[in-house]
Amino acid sequence: MKYLCLVYSDEKLLHSLPDSPEDAECQAYADSVAESGRMLAAEALQPVASAATVRMRGGRMSVVDGPFAETKEQLAGFYLIEARDMNEALQVAGNIPAARVGSVEVRPVRSLQL
Amino acid sequence: MDEKQAAAHAMVDRVFRTEARRVKATLIRLLGDFDLAEEALQDAFVAALHDWPRQGVPDKPRPWLVSAGRFKAIDKLRRRARFDASLEELAWRMEQDAEAPEAVAPELEDDRLRLVFTCCHPVLPADAQVALTLREVCGLTTEAIASAYLTAVPALAQRIVRAKNRIRETRIPYTVPERHELPARLESVLRVVYLVFNEGYFASSGDSLLRADLSAEAIRLGRLLGELLPAPEVLGLLALMLLVESRRPARIGTDGQPVLLEEQDRRLWDAGLIAEGLPLVEAALRAGPAGPYALQAAIAAVHAEAPDAGATDWAQIVGLYDVLLQMAPSPVVALNRAVAVAMRDGPATGLALVDGLLAAGELADYGLAHSARADLCRRLGRRDEARAAYARALALSRQEPERRFLAARLAALDLS
Repeated sequence: MKYLCLVYSDEKLLHSLPDSPEDAECQAYADSVAESGRMLAAEALQPVASAATVRMRGGRMSVVDGPFAETKEQLAGFYLIEARDMNEALQVAGNIPAARVGSVEVRPVRSLQL
Repeated sequence: MDEKQAAAHAMVDRVFRTEARRVKATLIRLLGDFDLAEEALQDAFVAALHDWPRQGVPDKPRPWLVSAGRFKAIDKLRRRARFDASLEELAWRMEQDAEAPEAVAPELEDDRLRLVFTCCHPVLPADAQVALTLREVCGLTTEAIASAYLTAVPALAQRIVRAKNRIRETRIPYTVPERHELPARLESVLRVVYLVFNEGYFASSGDSLLRADLSAEAIRLGRLLGELLPAPEVLGLLALMLLVESRRPARIGTDGQPVLLEEQDRRLWDAGLIAEGLPLVEAALRAGPAGPYALQAAIAAVHAEAPDAGATDWAQIVGLYDVLLQMAPSPVVALNRAVAVAMRDGPATGLALVDGLLAAGELADYGLAHSARADLCRRLGRRDEARAAYARALALSRQEPERRFLAARLAALDLS
């Protein structure tokens, strides 16, 4: 099954806490997930200040600057992985270095009903 | 992907299906941690996918996978130790262990037995024991277990994570218990296996009366235990499960409703399972004073040996229940005994016993007690009492096919 692991953290603190991971550690972990054959995709994201949110209503596109919702913790990155079950996915998600300073939401991917 | 690679992939897949559970049990022992072992298992199979097409499939795939998994785990810890110095010592210790001679000849089969005892350790809550055993020993996914027990996936996943934390924090040893503590620890293992079986055979709620996959897993565990630790109660439980399971094809009518034991078409019973179960009952009874599982298996054997319901040796069944009731007194056993007495001595005698049990209070909310009362009243022609008791049983039942069955009985009363 595929799972999306959404890494959230307070982006003002993400890189400045004693437990904050360096980029090299994040990359090393991503490499080890890739080696285990579970990685489908993973990226870190730029701060929410760089976000734009778009909607299409009645054929008209409207854009607002900023994230979809103002929250205390922001989406900082994601892993899309292949895992045997939810517990295996949680295991992969829990070891993402940023989980030490933020939280990782694990969502099973839904297959479209076609 | 070329043909040779495809063949190697198919081979790795096949080995994974047959060996993964055993390899994982051994890795848990060697690495001392469930989660590290799970990662190592995955890495070992990735290594197999890489190496086997090039170097050929090893003669003994299992030790190859164990050793590959172990070295991958050490390698991974080493790499993580670059960022987390606290892992350095663990990696070092694992490396030393890996060079120790005992690691060369790991007792692979015993590892699964160790794993069962760890998963069923009494410091873990009962529902966690069941979930952990199904996932770690039987290899079911979190999602499959959640669906079998009608639990939400995140809640079940959390239960498994907490149980593993508990194992880590309380340092539950990964061993088969010593002789002096074996009986108590074995009891909790057998209880878990029996719970899994029962959930598969008498699903406690939901649309489906049977969850065959859970019963099959329980029997598989029972056979494994029987092979590795043939204690009388282990054989007794395995025999009990086999004999009860043998009735499965006759247990559901064509209309999807449960069929009572005395009304089942015994030609549908699985003769193979009965043939496997009966000698186990004898072995269990011969091996020493009979325990509760062996006694229940002996009762199931009396049913299995009767060519039709009328030929059942009810006197022997009542006698076995008497012993069982002395050894493991419970209101449910007393109820089953009362039903057997009704078959031996007539419904009036049985009803007096059932009413005594209901009056004692413990069975007041137990649906089967009310449906037993209803059935006895019906046989005695006491229609109003039968109607009230079926209605009470119906109100207590959470299981759809059983509800339909009770509703049909209730309707039949008004027609007769």
